[in-house]
Amino acid sequence: MDQLSGGEALLRALHDEGVEIIFGYPGGAVLHIYDAIFNQDKVEHILVRHEQAATHAADGYARGTGKPGVVLVTSGPGATNAITGIATAYMDSIPMVVISGQVESRMIGTDGFQETDMVGVSRPIVKHSFMVQDAAEIPRIVKKAFHIATTGRPGPVVIDIPKDVTDPKTKFDYEYPADIKMRSYTVPAKGHSGQIKKAVDVLMAAKRPMIYAGGGVIQGEGSPLLTELTRKLGFPITNTLMGLGAYPASDKQFLGMLGMHGTYEANMSMHYCDVLLAIGVRFDDRVTNSDVSKFCPDATILHVDIDPASISKTVAADVPIVGSVTSVLEEMLSQIASSKQKVDQKSLKVWWDQIEQWREKDSLAVTPSTDGTIKPQEVIQAVFEITKGDAYVSSDVGQHQMFAAQYYGFDKPRRWINSGGLGTMGFGFPAAMGIQLAFPYAVSVCITGEGSFQMNLQELATCMQYKLPVKIVCLNNRALGMVKQWQDMQYGGRYSHSTYEESLPDFVKLAEAYGHVGIRIEDKSELDAKLREAFSLTDKLVFIDVLVDPEEHVYPMAIKGGAMKDMILSKSERT
Amino acid sequence: MRRIISILMENEPGALSRVVGLFSQRNYNIDSLTVAPTEDKSLSRLTLTTSGDERRIEQITKHLNKLIDVVKLVDLTEGAHIERELMLIKVKASGAQRGEVKRTTDIFRGQIVDLTNSVFSIQLTGTSDKLDAFITALGENVVLEVARTGVSGISRGEKILSL
Repeated sequence: MDQLSGGEALLRALHDEGVEIIFGYPGGAVLHIYDAIFNQDKVEHILVRHEQAATHAADGYARGTGKPGVVLVTSGPGATNAITGIATAYMDSIPMVVISGQVESRMIGTDGFQETDMVGVSRPIVKHSFMVQDAAEIPRIVKKAFHIATTGRPGPVVIDIPKDVTDPKTKFDYEYPADIKMRSYTVPAKGHSGQIKKAVDVLMAAKRPMIYAGGGVIQGEGSPLLTELTRKLGFPITNTLMGLGAYPASDKQFLGMLGMHGTYEANMSMHYCDVLLAIGVRFDDRVTNSDVSKFCPDATILHVDIDPASISKTVAADVPIVGSVTSVLEEMLSQIASSKQKVDQKSLKVWWDQIEQWREKDSLAVTPSTDGTIKPQEVIQAVFEITKGDAYVSSDVGQHQMFAAQYYGFDKPRRWINSGGLGTMGFGFPAAMGIQLAFPYAVSVCITGEGSFQMNLQELATCMQYKLPVKIVCLNNRALGMVKQWQDMQYGGRYSHSTYEESLPDFVKLAEAYGHVGIRIEDKSELDAKLREAFSLTDKLVFIDVLVDPEEHVYPMAIKGGAMKDMILSKSERT
Repeated sequence: MRRIISILMENEPGALSRVVGLFSQRNYNIDSLTVAPTEDKSLSRLTLTTSGDERRIEQITKHLNKLIDVVKLVDLTEGAHIERELMLIKVKASGAQRGEVKRTTDIFRGQIVDLTNSVFSIQLTGTSDKLDAFITALGENVVLEVARTGVSGISRGEKILSL
């Protein structure tokens, strides 16, 4: 048994937990830990330029790999800077462990230098948190933290460590627990067979079925089983913003994303379905629209989720099933295989005929300009072509995020990395760094806007230090596009603080100043060639500043207070 | 509808703040709250009263159950139960008032636990309704100070809340 200090034990425990990479920023309260990092070579540390970026990078890493993201920050401002990233991970149920330094135990509560009550400040946005009192607790607490962060409905866990606990002079016998049992935390077991049977009966009797699958399917590694089930049943399926890639977008049974900016056919099918199989979703208000009483009026709702608190939270479920998506889908498939009932093919055919009519409306059709102006949608389509639809695509938040979600068809899970729940501008670029570190040879694209990008652009330096060839595609419309769109639609075109006058930087020069490559694209005629050139620079970070049509809106768009069938389809057409 | 929820939770620092924080975070209300260690030193028992329709109470219990420090909980109002609250109340008591207050205290089976020439301190145990009724019976102009513990409760019969 090795005698280790708290700092050494922390690093050893991370290694024993299988952690290969951590994202962090040093400071006074974590200097003992940083010295322990210096003295080992098992866990790689990535020095970011802002703690918020550390959390987003770890988050991107977690979303891409399915493994927990790990963050190390100092006390006070280091800890508070991490808060936005923790909240982002919490809202999207991303496994993350955030280790924050704290002032020495004897100083806690004295308003010491760089003291913040991190456990208190983070409480509403973590799955759980720990304050380490004694170095010898570190192995068990680390084990518990990873167990809680990664099981059940995943989420961020904070470990706050006072500086004296990591003192190199205080050593203890280190032993990493092989297993952990917590009487107050149990992971939901398999779904209830009786409930699954009920659900299967309802599915078999459906005349207008619909499958609505979300981020839980991706988190729970349920995509292959969901795809198998959907194909076996022949039912239409839609994915949420968080669920894109859970079912292959190129498949004919896929109706596109649903919700506020969902496709016409997905939203219409939701509204008129008679049976809704909801898997790994939480009936978010961006899906249901604001008035849930108008949501899926004719549907019997089957809701599968690992978190019982998600079920019947906003929309009451007729058949609730609590369990992991894989266990529930497996049992559904086996029950269907042995069931005497068969899908009502005649009704299903009538339903599909209706859906095909809705599909013909082609709600995502893009009208190209005649004067060389680049439509933002065309940029996403071009990126899709050039990357053969196989890139890891992160995004920030706003119009560009919706365009990316609508026009980059994701065929695989864990390829679409975006802040769906919290809607965090500044998320995309550091997340793309996390992806690039996880998959050094993959294409990691960040679709951003000139607004969002400026919220974490300091990470251009991190990308230089670690040679991360992220491709940043900036849909530059010289405005906070989504804000401006709402101001167009609801505020009489009064652009209150959604434009920057003449203050935008020269992004090409900015990229160059950090030692990267910058490319500007202004005319449609050069879009394809210049994008190809950018993506051909496989070992370089390239910032691609694409000047797009500033007048473009994201459509379809849900009509506030309406049902899912109520949409604005273009500047001149409504349902 | 009024509910009494009893929770067994880890006797850890911060556990109470997680429970209380959940209520404010999700816009649920707490009418009363009482917490103390149990016979098992590693566990605290917290009892709170809240109100809401079925759906809201279901969400409250689900979210409480999700808290890592919460080991087990029961909605006592779902079944037959005993609820008690203790009140210490200081009232004006001089001259003819003294007899009147004493009689009222006896009727409610309270005890005068301290007195001066002009003041009685009375201890009273019972349901919250009974304590309210006692205050009403005394009359507002008599009452000087009220300290109530909040509701504690236990199921009737053999049903127990333990690990």
